[in-house]
Amino acid sequence: MPNMNPKKVPMPEQEPSVRNKNFEEVALGYTAEMAVEEAGRCLHCKNHPCVAGCPVEVKIPDFIQKIAEQDFEGAYQIIAETSSLPAVCGRVCPQESQCEGRCVRGIKNEPVGIGRLERFVADWHREHSSGNRPVVPSNGHRVAIVGAGPASLTCAGDLRAMGYDVTVFEALHVPGVVLVYGIPEFRLPKSIVAYEVNGLEQAGVEILTDRVIGRSLSIDELFEEGYEAVFIGSGAGLPNFMGIEGESYVGVYSANEYLTRINLMKAYKEGYDTPIAQANKAVVVGGGNVAMDAARSAKRMGADVTIVYRRSLEELPARKEEVHHAEEEGIVFNLLTNPVRIHRDQNGHVAAIECVKMKLGEPDASGRRRPEEIPGSNFIVPCDTVIMAIGTSPNPLIRHTTAGLDATRKGCLVADETGATTRKGVFAGGDAVTGAATVILAMGAGKTAAQSIDRYIKGQN
Amino acid sequence: MYKILKKRELNSTVTLMEIEAPHIAPKAEAGQFIIYRVDEQGERIPLTIADYDRERGTVIIIFQLIGASTMRLGMLNEGDSIADIVGPLGRPTEIPEGTKRACVVGGGVGCAIAYPQAKSLHEKGIQVDMIAGFRSKDIVILEEEMRACTDNLYITTDDGTYGEKGFTTDKLKALIEEGNQYDLVIAIGPPVMMKFLCQVTKNYNIKTLVSLAPIMIDGTGMCGCCRCTVGGEMKFACVDGPDFDGHEVDFDELILRSSAYKAQEKEAADHVCRLTGEVRHHA
Ligand SMILES: Cc1cc2nc3c(=O)[nH]c(=O)nc-3n(C[C@H](O)[C@H](O)[C@H](O)COP(=O)(O)OP(=O)(O)OC[C@H]3O[C@@H](n4cnc5c(N)ncnc54)[C@H](O)[C@@H]3O)c2cc1C
Ligand SMILES: Cc1cc2nc3c(=O)[nH]c(=O)nc-3n(C[C@H](O)[C@H](O)[C@H](O)COP(=O)(O)OP(=O)(O)OC[C@H]3O[C@@H](n4cnc5c(N)ncnc54)[C@H](O)[C@@H]3O)c2cc1C
Ligand code: SF4
Ligand code: SF4
Ligand code: FES
Repeated sequence: MPNMNPKKVPMPEQEPSVRNKNFEEVALGYTAEMAVEEAGRCLHCKNHPCVAGCPVEVKIPDFIQKIAEQDFEGAYQIIAETSSLPAVCGRVCPQESQCEGRCVRGIKNEPVGIGRLERFVADWHREHSSGNRPVVPSNGHRVAIVGAGPASLTCAGDLRAMGYDVTVFEALHVPGVVLVYGIPEFRLPKSIVAYEVNGLEQAGVEILTDRVIGRSLSIDELFEEGYEAVFIGSGAGLPNFMGIEGESYVGVYSANEYLTRINLMKAYKEGYDTPIAQANKAVVVGGGNVAMDAARSAKRMGADVTIVYRRSLEELPARKEEVHHAEEEGIVFNLLTNPVRIHRDQNGHVAAIECVKMKLGEPDASGRRRPEEIPGSNFIVPCDTVIMAIGTSPNPLIRHTTAGLDATRKGCLVADETGATTRKGVFAGGDAVTGAATVILAMGAGKTAAQSIDRYIKGQN
Repeated sequence: MYKILKKRELNSTVTLMEIEAPHIAPKAEAGQFIIYRVDEQGERIPLTIADYDRERGTVIIIFQLIGASTMRLGMLNEGDSIADIVGPLGRPTEIPEGTKRACVVGGGVGCAIAYPQAKSLHEKGIQVDMIAGFRSKDIVILEEEMRACTDNLYITTDDGTYGEKGFTTDKLKALIEEGNQYDLVIAIGPPVMMKFLCQVTKNYNIKTLVSLAPIMIDGTGMCGCCRCTVGGEMKFACVDGPDFDGHEVDFDELILRSSAYKAQEKEAADHVCRLTGEVRHHA
């Protein structure tokens, strides 16, 4: 008899007024008892609609069944068949629009907490397994992987498991950069990313940091060095700005810069050298996960924070849980509002941001109602810091330095459903192909490309 | 870890180092830069590739001990290693077709960046004059090296203790007035110097390249903190530059943005000085 509680077993969390002053993880995770209780809410539907909602089709009712049986390692093995980063995805997937969005229990009540259960299983495995991964003997074929994000790491892991000698080239000084510099510690502890990366290295994946492909080495040179195929998972890291007056004033950051200074370079920790200006009143422009992370980080650095977003609450693209957490932590939402210019003081520092009120008009191509300015509704929000979180695009470096690699008008690499680009032997996936998207989609693309690269190399030999 | 093979103190605040970087040396070109981190807690600091040795697999950097991070590097010795060095970053300098005679102008430690430019022009068979400006005699650097790769080297000092007294801008103007015809000026130094040099060359309609050094973090186009306005458009100096057409650059904006972390940096540098650098603040 399933547990018919209409609500998910609540997630233990740090108190909002405590956690908005520290960088420790907000959600503390289920205990084994809580996980078993929540697992009891699954109806094990025959047609399991939840599975179709997951981009990599995790066998959701099966792993939940194992949890109910208290076979947590068994549950992990089921998830691991299709997902290589469950500890990450359980924490950061937009479950409400994917697996949980399709859950039958969610029609009338709260859906089964699939993400929370996935996280529990992955964390349990990390704490209890020996961590040793088998080293599959080499099959003598070499593959180069560009970037060390979720797309690349997944592709690298899968190819290594098939016997390929894999080298990952990462531009920055740490692998898993977006998971490290972007998503903050309080949402995704860095130790989890480090654990996954260590696992790959133990399995024999070579990771070279400080290598910018397109500068240190070109794609052509990778082939000259003997790599038989290349996977490009270089992400979409180039920050967009609005093009409004005042974006060059001191105190205006891209979210990437702000989060990098805090997370990657750990400006919040004593003893690290990277400086960051103390914000007293910060305005974050945007409504996605990146905006939420920037806002909540600024809050933790001691600022009063306002989010300015041009559509309404329903359209906020961030994960619902993050919006909820941000509100709890005291972040003010200024919705249906758009910045028009930034004002400076006599030293060239940000003094205020001028905004205009918006209203929602007809739906646009994306189906969301198009925001329109209300003329004459301008108003001023005083602030000393402005953080732009209005999206990112793929970095042009690789396509500019690689002949025959086609990209779309927006700069996304052109790749077919197998991940093959317009250049022979070169595959691509993740944000570099789709534009800024999600961890799970990037991971899925990495998996697909690993299969395609295997077929391609076998076909060549 | 990347080993420091050679260290030479050029003056009391400028140091040259040759660093093992087999992944950078084969590709490095004049105008490009590296980013280093001294250790796991270090900032990412950009420095121009002053020279490279493809055979030895090394790059040479010349840097001014200006703040905490450069002082930390300066405290290391031959045989020590640094945690990271990435590059070559940025676009190599593009010398306009048909350049026959160029004048390279360096200001202070900017001479360290201007010197490889002069050398590379010289190697291409272009006639090179160079104006190297310093505040005072005791901080003159690289004189022999610059002389070796130029047709005429003019040293100026602000206080007249060495070479000619005066600013590089005055010297350039005088050379042009005397009838020296340059197709190209390369100006590298403090933003204020580049700004006024560009005003001079604009009057004479001489193509001028400047190398910009805004604050950077990643050097790959990811953070946007190196953004500058060039020709009315936003450019990222780390990937679109660091060289730009000097007549198009908004120098006032560059000067403003470079001052962003002045207060914190002063504090950090004081810490290093007080502790003679042996201990990081609150380590
Ligand atoms: C602040 C923030 C919050 C987010 N929150 C969420 C969330 O809650 N849920 C979610 O699903 N997604 C979230 N995302 C999006 C998610 O992180 C990305 O969709 C995902 O990381 C894309 O993976 P990827 O492997 O395609 O590329 P990336 O993760 O971007 O990795 C690309 C890697 O390639 C490296 N690289 C780039 N160019 C080169 C080169 N020329 N040579 C060598 N290396 C190179 C980069 O340094 C980087 O490490 C968030 C993103 C950010 C920035
Ligand atoms: C592409 C590029 C190439 C460069 N090449 C060289 C080089 O070959 N030799 C060299 O000595 N320096 C070079 N620089 C400048 C060098 O990066 C800075 O001096 C260094 O970052 C200072 O770090 P710090 O922690 O020691 O000092 P900080 O404590 O960071 O700064 C000390 C003082 O220097 C100012 N400052 C900080 N960063 C810069 C900057 N990027 N440009 C100008 N002033 C700055 C600060 O406002 C402060 O007043 C280059 C910079 C760039 C972007
Ligand atoms: S990977 Fe993401 S979408 Fe798939 S089941 Fe797990 S949390 Fe849901
Ligand atoms: S839809 Fe919900 S209840 Fe049904 S199997 Fe999936 S998780 Fe269980
Ligand atoms: S240094 Fe980050 S974009 Fe240029």
